[in-house]
Amino acid sequence: MNIELINISKTFQDELVLKDVSGSFDIHSIAIIGPSGGGKSTLLRIIGGLLTPDSGALKIDGETIEFSKRYLHNYRRNIGFVFQSKGLFEHLTAIENMLLPLIHAFGMGKTEAVEVSSKLFERFGLTDEKNKYPFQLSGGQQQRIAIARAVAVKPWLLLLDEPTSALDPEYTAEVLNMLGELQNDGLKSIIVTHEMGFAKNACEKVIFLAQNRIVESGNSSQIFKHPQTEELQAFLNKILEWKV
Amino acid sequence: MKQTLSKEPSRSKKIASAIFVAIILIGFLWFSVNAINLKLDFSTLYQYRYRLWEGFWMTVTISVASLIVSLALGSLSALGQNSRILVISYFCKAYVQIIRGTPLLVQIYFFYYIIGTAWGVNNRYLAGVLILSIFEGAYISEIIRGGLASIDRQQYEVAKSIGLTPAKTLQLVTFPILMARILPALAGQFASIIKDSSLLSVIAVIELTQTVQEISADNFRMFENYLFVGVLYFILTFSVSLLSGGLERRYNHEYRVNQYQ
Ligand SMILES: Nc1ncnc2c1ncn2[C@@H]1O[C@H](COP(=O)(O)OP(=O)(O)OP(=O)(O)O)[C@@H](O)[C@H]1O
Ligand SMILES: [Mg+2]
Repeated sequence: MNIELINISKTFQDELVLKDVSGSFDIHSIAIIGPSGGGKSTLLRIIGGLLTPDSGALKIDGETIEFSKRYLHNYRRNIGFVFQSKGLFEHLTAIENMLLPLIHAFGMGKTEAVEVSSKLFERFGLTDEKNKYPFQLSGGQQQRIAIARAVAVKPWLLLLDEPTSALDPEYTAEVLNMLGELQNDGLKSIIVTHEMGFAKNACEKVIFLAQNRIVESGNSSQIFKHPQTEELQAFLNKILEWKV
Repeated sequence: MKQTLSKEPSRSKKIASAIFVAIILIGFLWFSVNAINLKLDFSTLYQYRYRLWEGFWMTVTISVASLIVSLALGSLSALGQNSRILVISYFCKAYVQIIRGTPLLVQIYFFYYIIGTAWGVNNRYLAGVLILSIFEGAYISEIIRGGLASIDRQQYEVAKSIGLTPAKTLQLVTFPILMARILPALAGQFASIIKDSSLLSVIAVIELTQTVQEISADNFRMFENYLFVGVLYFILTFSVSLLSGGLERRYNHEYRVNQYQ
């Protein structure tokens, strides 16, 4: 799968967040890293069809994404999106959270939807959590259910916006393990993350986004060993300063 | 969970406490009645039973009709207040402010004698329902607006991301969350409608209060009449609160969980 960004710009109330972001990426797994406020979430939400850029174009496998209501509605159904936190419907149990998109966005029959959901719960060791509400689940369980829900519809692409940054380290590991497993199954994904270990070892490519643009991108094996730009070198030094 | 369970008082304790409270309340009433040497005789009301029954039903009918109309008005005005079209937003805000800022009695006279006469609404029952609905709708509007504002924006973002249409989002996300949050307040407002309908007696709508006023002019037994009618109103409002308790449990996530466990 190829994703092409052509001069994408976005401004929020006079604040320039993305300026002429361009690039073409063959996706298997990409990590987006960069300083806070650099526009990572904004870019991911544009790719996910949740936000419309002020100008520029987005192409997936050569097809231009139209930012019109009807087009986006269909587009979003085929793309999974996982939020930093609170990504489950608060008034529904874990299983109901899974069933809702399958039945109401995909038009799957109830029996089939229950079957698909149960299988995923089993696979990721969430069966005991089935009938719990989000407020009764740990942050890690919530995130794993959110990921399971996003992959249940077999999306073309899974987008994750800092899925572990609100979690304790032990929960972070359980979520990242699940992701690694899905990636090995061939799921294509873009993840915004502060977990440099995961970006380096589990993602093929890395995009470094700072100061409203893509400063550097490339294979993760290269980029962490030999950062080319001063910005990325400074960023990595800062982040790795306290690493044990 | 376990802690709250162990703190739950035992059944016998609950019953004993309830009886104690009832004795205090009845004792207080009985003492007061005796202190002014009042001899209450409710049997005189028996001959008016048909009129009381009709008044009672009129109150129920007017309240239910007003609840339906005021829910519609309240929903529209809650949505209207958030409208991007300024004229609509201002109109809804003015409606809520003015209605909540003036007494119902003043509104009844104003709408019935001035607006109603001007627009040819002569049926006092219809007028009564409309006036009451306009009044209660302003309060319901605020309840709904507050409920909508309390829903986390992220829930809509999630709905969008999984590809729900706006209509489905309203049906499957907004409505159930909103209901769980505002049902207690809505039930309270319905109890208010029932009580406030008594003021329609000033335009001679023959509901419960008007009926009792007419009976009082006939039998001069003010105390019995009003005490009795007070009990009737309480039966109505208490039923509403029982009913809403049941509905609340239906919409309350936490209760549904305990059923599964
Ligand atoms: N809806 C919005 N309205 C106004 N400003 C916004 C909005 N969303 C984002 N911004 C602004 O855009 C800038 C970039 O935000 P973004 O969330 O994309 O950064 P980020 O790289 O994801 O940062 P973080 O690592 O902290 O999540 C920020 O300065 C933020 O204040
Ligand atoms: Mg972000």
